[in-house]
Amino acid sequence: MPNASNRDRGLTSLERSRVVVVGASLAGLRSVDSILRAGYSGEVILIGDERHPPYNRPPLSKEALSSSEGFDAIKLRSSTKPDSYKMILGVGARALQLEEKTVILEDDTLIEFDGLVVATGLRSRALAIPKPKNGIFSLRSFDDLEAIKGALIRAGMRIAIIGAGFIGAELAGTLTNLGHMVTIVAPEEVLMQRPLGNVLGGAIGRHHRERGVELCLGRLPLEIESGSDGFTLYCDDGTIIRADLVIEAIGSIPNVEWMQQNGLDLGNGVLCDETLRFGHGGANFAVGDVARFPNLAFDEVPRRIEHWGIAVDSGRYLGKAMVSLLTSGTIPTSFKPMPAFWSDQFDLRIQSFGIPGLVVDPSQIRILEGDIDTEVAMGYFQEETMVGVVLIGLGQSHMKYRDEVEKSLKSR
Amino acid sequence: MKVTVDLDKCSDHGQCVFAAPDVFALNSRGELTFRDVAKGTYVSGELDEDLRDSIEEAIDVCPMQAIEIED
Repeated sequence: MPNASNRDRGLTSLERSRVVVVGASLAGLRSVDSILRAGYSGEVILIGDERHPPYNRPPLSKEALSSSEGFDAIKLRSSTKPDSYKMILGVGARALQLEEKTVILEDDTLIEFDGLVVATGLRSRALAIPKPKNGIFSLRSFDDLEAIKGALIRAGMRIAIIGAGFIGAELAGTLTNLGHMVTIVAPEEVLMQRPLGNVLGGAIGRHHRERGVELCLGRLPLEIESGSDGFTLYCDDGTIIRADLVIEAIGSIPNVEWMQQNGLDLGNGVLCDETLRFGHGGANFAVGDVARFPNLAFDEVPRRIEHWGIAVDSGRYLGKAMVSLLTSGTIPTSFKPMPAFWSDQFDLRIQSFGIPGLVVDPSQIRILEGDIDTEVAMGYFQEETMVGVVLIGLGQSHMKYRDEVEKSLKSR
Repeated sequence: MKVTVDLDKCSDHGQCVFAAPDVFALNSRGELTFRDVAKGTYVSGELDEDLRDSIEEAIDVCPMQAIEIED
């Protein structure tokens, strides 16, 4: 087993060692890919609580919802040969014993490890209000999608989406395009207020309205009743919304409960250092949505970043860091990704680079190019540094603005 | 080694251009340049083995999972 007294051993001595990746997610799969690509010669085990092999989640609120294609259309591609690692599906991790270097699965199987990768991601948050037990949906997994598709039994259904974030807004676009009547209800004043700010969020909201989405913003449902004519949502301002289908999209919770009892900081994800490492000296890393880490390209504040791209980038980073730590006891570089995300809502392509959400002062959010109601590039500034750019449309300018954010961060 | 792109799946995110700028590019309309020469599925000519790492990176970072290597 590799340990501190054994730091000089090379890759070949890892043959009898084992890396366990908990979470058969995008970040988990990319971690497996990168560990093997880095020349790791030991055993790699990928563990997932869902019965499906790793799949791509962004299409769930878009293409996968509107098409009749099944699971194969969203199954993730990988350059790794399937027989070069072991995959255990349908059984999640129940407990972690960091000191003993073991993971205990829900079926009580005990798995020892030399290196651990936590990629357990998030689960949907549910509203803590009086509501019926059945018939209220959320969207995080392929099974969630199948359940929603199964409930869309006719055209022109009244659908209430609770939540004004990206998933809620994307769902509103897709379901409206499918011919349903969508109402978004949320406490924020505009769509995607926290990540994008009021100006851009307002403009995107107008776009939704023009295409038939009803926005019931600035209010919160206090109770949901189910009756013979579907659901009734009673809001805190007296608004009453009737719907045939209710979807909660109010954010998510990190899956970290299984890691308790190890003296770790698990408040809002797994607290990691700038190399995604956590714990008390072992080869333990967290990747993807569940990792809370400082991105030194911006500052030293640890944050979770719920982006598809971070799941990929952290997984890709992991391999060399893990193999280097197991063979030489050191990690050569810290993880300093350029966060980027996209969202497709109706015919809008929203693309973001950097961390626009760092900027809350509206005077520090400026139009760089274009028109807010058609195609626009918005810059998000901390003094002279442009820490983020959000584009609506302007596809030909992606490269330019990504480079500009990178340059601006480097020069501060 | 050849690279294939499912142009029906691809939605011009351009992540492949960051990963493998020697293979992928966007045109002035912000679309993958392969759209100018192909419909349905684009299949490249024989590519240099040196490009494999960057193409594998492009496969990983494609949000639509539209890229594949054909050996």
